Amino acid sequence: MSFLELKDVTLKFGGVTAVDNLSFSVEEGEVFAIVGPNGAGKSTVFNLISRFYDPHNGSIKFDGHDLLKSKPSGVAAFGVARTFQNIELFDQATVLENLLVGRHRHRQSNFLTELFFTPSVKKQEVQNRHMVEEIIDFLDLQAYREKRIAGLPYGVRKVVEVARALATDPKLLLLDEPASGLSVEETTDMRWWIDDIRRQMGITVLMVEHDMGLVSGVSDRVLAMADGAKLALGTPVEVQSDPAVIEAYLGHVA
Amino acid sequence: MRIVFKTDYMQDIRPWKDRYQLVLYLLLLTLMLAAPFVIDAFYLGELNNVLIWAIAGMGLMVLTGHTGQASLGHAAFLAMGCYTNIILMEQGLPFMLAFPLAGIITGLVGMVIAIPALRLHGIYLAIATMAMSILVDDIIVLTEPWTGGVGGKYAPSVNVFGIMIDRWGTPREFYYLTLGVVVVVTLGYINILRAPLGRSFIAVRDSEVSAQAIGIDVARTKAISFGISCAITGLGGALMGLFAGAFNNETFSVIISIELLMMIVIGGLGSIHGAFFGAIVIGFLPQFLSLSKEWVGSVFGGSNVAIPGLEFGVFGMILIAFILFEPMGLYGRWLKVRTFFELFPFYRKDMFKRQKSYLKTERLR
Ligand SMILES: Nc1ncnc2c1ncn2[C@@H]1O[C@H](COP(=O)(O)OP(=O)(O)O)[C@@H](O)[C@H]1O
Ligand SMILES: [Mg+2]
Repeated sequence: MSFLELKDVTLKFGGVTAVDNLSFSVEEGEVFAIVGPNGAGKSTVFNLISRFYDPHNGSIKFDGHDLLKSKPSGVAAFGVARTFQNIELFDQATVLENLLVGRHRHRQSNFLTELFFTPSVKKQEVQNRHMVEEIIDFLDLQAYREKRIAGLPYGVRKVVEVARALATDPKLLLLDEPASGLSVEETTDMRWWIDDIRRQMGITVLMVEHDMGLVSGVSDRVLAMADGAKLALGTPVEVQSDPAVIEAYLGHVA
Repeated sequence: MRIVFKTDYMQDIRPWKDRYQLVLYLLLLTLMLAAPFVIDAFYLGELNNVLIWAIAGMGLMVLTGHTGQASLGHAAFLAMGCYTNIILMEQGLPFMLAFPLAGIITGLVGMVIAIPALRLHGIYLAIATMAMSILVDDIIVLTEPWTGGVGGKYAPSVNVFGIMIDRWGTPREFYYLTLGVVVVVTLGYINILRAPLGRSFIAVRDSEVSAQAIGIDVARTKAISFGISCAITGLGGALMGLFAGAFNNETFSVIISIELLMMIVIGGLGSIHGAFFGAIVIGFLPQFLSLSKEWVGSVFGGSNVAIPGLEFGVFGMILIAFILFEPMGLYGRWLKVRTFFELFPFYRKDMFKRQKSYLKTERLR
């Protein structure tokens, strides 16, 4: 069985079929990209995996668990973390606090032990901090540690969101357009980070991205979508040369 | 210029950043402990009142300032704490048991009430909670056998470790009782804020979707926040009842709910300091107004005409001014002044300027 498996998933918003009988699976350890024009249903696929919406049809399984049986807040416990296309950070908190929130699923303490801040809570906090510092070092966020999100530039926020997702210590990382709005240098950084996330941390990556340079650079396989349905699936080269894809997606660009 | 060097994670985990800050707070505590010997009975009473409001303010701050859920119904929980405390004592429980129980019971009831209210957001939640505040008046009248209804109740003197305390007979002891509760509540609040629970409150406040994606159960977190908030407010209410000496169905009106919310907005949402700053404003505003009325009277002639609703009106105007010019409240203003001195001479004018925020519509697409 595959690591992440979507089977015949359909979701309609009123008259719009956002995801149309879609099936694909992601293998452990790969970087899998979803491409497609705006409105193709890519983000909706992420939101389905996050359980924000109930599909009308189909099944979603991850690492042996039936995700459709889980609450939205239960998905993280299986080791799934994500970023959002329009950045959803905790704006009034600092970068450090944002990353510490990411540790939430590893919480061992409860209301009472936290109220008295017992030695075990203290130990847990030191350990959380230690894990978070490793991610800060990994993504070069040292300069922003104590800064509030509300005052940070867009590019930094994008990175903080990846950092917060990594702080949950995930097995599968969903990145929704990680490079959109980034400069050329920032995109290059992101490319190497995604590579390292897979190679050094051993995390499987599922990403939505428009930048074909980035997609062909890091991904093993690519799924092309249009109007909620699958157009093509294969290596980046195969997908880019697929006539249906050129017609539906790259056709606009060329 | 002052720079804090950090060499240890504990510096961020313990409640004070460095020795300088610790000394400052210990100094403040010493001043508070010395107050009964320095100021006269009238001002001690005022200070006591401010501290009680600060407790109630911390209660609402947990919910509104840190979890982002507005409530215009917290006077209901003040009432609940007040009546529960007194009724339990009438049943023969000692104050030292009745008082914490009043907090716990109010907290549990708050949590249960929260469950249907949690589906509501923003202004709708505010209206629903306001309805609760209006209802409580009727409930007190309807349950007259326990609450004394319109006739109200008198607060007895209470026994704390063998010392009989009441507001008029032993104002100093009453003050120390209040101060003790303030210290305990503040320390508990600080502990929660630096632990996962407090961070999950902030997460829910700032972005429910990503809180959920990180594994935070949003409904549960809101309910817990409601519970803690109501428990603290209940303790504040119990003290308020003892301090007032007598109370009835009209003591904890919806006006008190509104004042409480205004108070924490003026003080500064999202910080414990804000509850205290707000309490100082609300506590000393009446004095300030009567002094300035006398002043206006003496300068422009004319007697001390009573202007109905003046206090509330001025309070409202202060609130509007804060929302327009200092959305971070008095605490925000204080932070700016402090940063100015700490960074002197490197302070930049736009240091606290907010970045343009992005529209939150279509946020999931
Ligand atoms: N919450 C929603 N309510 C209604 N329609 C939605 C919602 N989310 C997405 N859609 C619609 O579903 C389609 C797919 O959207 P989306 O998944 O965001 O596309 P993509 O991420 O590929 O650009 C679009 O037509 C969009 O308007
Ligand atoms: Mg999208």
